[in-house]
Amino acid sequence: MSKDSLFSKKNLKLIKDPLDDNNPITVQVLGICSALAITVQLKPAVVMAVSVFFVMCIANVVVSLMRNMIPSRIRIIVQLVIIATLVILVDQVLKAFLYDVSKELSVFVGLIITNCIIMGRLEAFALANTPWKAFMDGVGNSLGYALPLVVVAFFRELLGSGTLFGYPVLENLGLYQLGYENNGMMILPPMALVTCGVYIWIQRMRNNKLVEQN
Amino acid sequence: MDVNKNSYTIGFATIMVIIVAALLSSAAIGLKPFQSKNIEQEKKQNILKSVGVEVSREQAEIDYSTYIKDELVLNHLGEIQEGSAFNIDLSKEVRKDVKDQSFPLYVADVEGEIRYIIPLRGKGLWGPIWGFISLEKDLNTISAAVFDHKAETPGLGAEINRDFFQDPFAGKTIFDGEEFKSIKVIKGGAKEGDKHGVDGISGGTITSDGVTDMIFERLSKYLPYFNNVKPAIEVDLVFSAMDSVVTVNDSIIN
Repeated sequence: MSKDSLFSKKNLKLIKDPLDDNNPITVQVLGICSALAITVQLKPAVVMAVSVFFVMCIANVVVSLMRNMIPSRIRIIVQLVIIATLVILVDQVLKAFLYDVSKELSVFVGLIITNCIIMGRLEAFALANTPWKAFMDGVGNSLGYALPLVVVAFFRELLGSGTLFGYPVLENLGLYQLGYENNGMMILPPMALVTCGVYIWIQRMRNNKLVEQN
Repeated sequence: MDVNKNSYTIGFATIMVIIVAALLSSAAIGLKPFQSKNIEQEKKQNILKSVGVEVSREQAEIDYSTYIKDELVLNHLGEIQEGSAFNIDLSKEVRKDVKDQSFPLYVADVEGEIRYIIPLRGKGLWGPIWGFISLEKDLNTISAAVFDHKAETPGLGAEINRDFFQDPFAGKTIFDGEEFKSIKVIKGGAKEGDKHGVDGISGGTITSDGVTDMIFERLSKYLPYFNNVKPAIEVDLVFSAMDSVVTVNDSIIN
């Protein structure tokens, strides 16, 4: 174990990096499939982010604890089994105790298994680092996953349905009386890609490190 | 220890699979009672909602017996069979041949008004959709409808479980004279005054069509029963109409 304190600069960087410089969605372009699928409304996006948070942190720690035991030839399968087990457990617990939330998420909980970010982090980080660092990395990357997800979902729900978390914001502002209409395009899948692209554009405008130098 | 030996790899995989299997099956068995209770309560909640009684899931458990008076099971000829409608798993029934199917029918009493509730089940875009539709005493006018789905696209097809989609079903009729018309979910919106159509959901056309097909398929299976009981109901309706005429006459005389 390293002698670093738990929240040393190096460890905090593990959380900060994925939020901007090394964001899993907008920089590494991982986990984009689920990001596009569930950003029509805010609520599923938030619940999805929370579920991914749990699965990613636990999986990272478990794999890190087992990192010296896992035979390298079947490590991908082992990672997949660990993720799948956790996801099924999360799904079962939600169905038993948070039934309404589980209905909201429907198939997307199962889709966490195929979320490339989780496996990417297990393979790239947890297999080579101590549990605490792996945990921090899990926190960082799931937050990095959550951030673009929630931002994109915010704009798609607001502009597409005129609501936020199902609350009719625009109707209460009286915009419809002024002739405003919801943009139905925002609900459709292609606009997830476009909104995501705009997010990446703005991020690169602000962060020069991400701009490729030729 | 060499973790890359063949024997170690096989041993590791075996032990891992056993541990995971034990963990998952015990979780599944342990949580099952909680899950089935939720599902049962939700079914009761949906049945009550289809006659316009909106209660929370916990409350549905209590209110169910106050409103639902009869849980009938019909065969394809519309004859009443033994059994309780609530225990019928419609997902299994719809896969059987029509002649072997059992058709559940609930009879509710909402503030003195009889309602017939027909459970629905069909196909959406990504998976099954289901719901309950309730008819008024004339077996023609829809009193309310609820729908739900397993995996329709959020924001698009998944909106069939929202009020803005379900509310317009109330007051529509499934018969035009003697002809069975069912209810159609119409892409681009139903025309004003259309007695047999409701607005579809933009971007959710396949799910909307699924709802149309589901309602037609399910309701058409109850036509024999409707024919069996309609004469009695019509006589009843005439009598109650006469009653009101008599009351009106009385009030004029007075």
